[in-house]
Amino acid sequence: MMQWFHRMASPAWFYRFSGKLIPFLILTFTPLLIIGLYGGLVTAPSDYQQGDAFRIIYVHVPAAWMSLFIYIVMAVYAVITLIWRIKLAEILLISSAPVGVGFTILALATGSLWGKPMWGTWWSWDARLTSELLLLFLYLGVIGLYRAIEEKRTASRFVSILVLVGTVNIPIIHYSVEWWNTLHQGSTITLTEKPSMHIDMLIPLLMMAIAFKVFYGISLLIQARAELVEREFNSRWVRELVEENSDG
Amino acid sequence: MADFFQMGGYALYVWSAYALAFVVLLINWLGPYFKHKKKLKNASDFYLLNREQEHDTSA
Repeated sequence: MMQWFHRMASPAWFYRFSGKLIPFLILTFTPLLIIGLYGGLVTAPSDYQQGDAFRIIYVHVPAAWMSLFIYIVMAVYAVITLIWRIKLAEILLISSAPVGVGFTILALATGSLWGKPMWGTWWSWDARLTSELLLLFLYLGVIGLYRAIEEKRTASRFVSILVLVGTVNIPIIHYSVEWWNTLHQGSTITLTEKPSMHIDMLIPLLMMAIAFKVFYGISLLIQARAELVEREFNSRWVRELVEENSDG
Repeated sequence: MADFFQMGGYALYVWSAYALAFVVLLINWLGPYFKHKKKLKNASDFYLLNREQEHDTSA
């Protein structure tokens, strides 16, 4: 078991494995996205209160979920980095940050585009919006801190600590709509209760959510491969990889 | 069809949101893709240069 774990964590093995995995992820992502978009934009009925403006939900909610999900995954890598010092965990941690920034910006911006016609304002300093903005700054802080420290193993340890400190913000974002009075509506979908949403509206939302999750996998793996080649510049496997490519 | 593009009068908001999603996904796909290519090229240049230098010193 431990042997298997170590092999999986070896950079050379991961590089080859991820190279084979990416095409499958793309093959999963594309149909999910197309069906999700078609369902969300065409077949889902208009909302009785919000009309067609509610269709923003199909990018807004999956993006917001991903902004939290990626941060939690990063926190797991941070724990692995701090306790076991596995290099691959460091790579996966830092490679998650850019796509995390992307989804957080997307959640904030689409929220703004939804807020304007529905609430009459682009932005409000209430609990949900403010804590989500703080999440964006946490992601940016992670990238900035990692870049600022020359020695990447040291950088990864500091970044891990920052990520773990920042996790207090995650439950704040999640529960903000219950703890404070906010413009933002409460959760429509929870794990414990039946969703208060029509099934034709719900299915495209779940499709988009899975599509975004698979997209995170694609972006993460490509980024991690780039990061690996850079960090393992002097290792034998990168040398062999390069020679294989130049000879063949 | 025109109805579809008008989005019940919310076209600007709805289509902007989807366009933005497209841009964000594209950046997070192509960014890492080109970074990976560049890093491979760097490594390849480095090793090819080393190989030439090895030849030079042995000659």
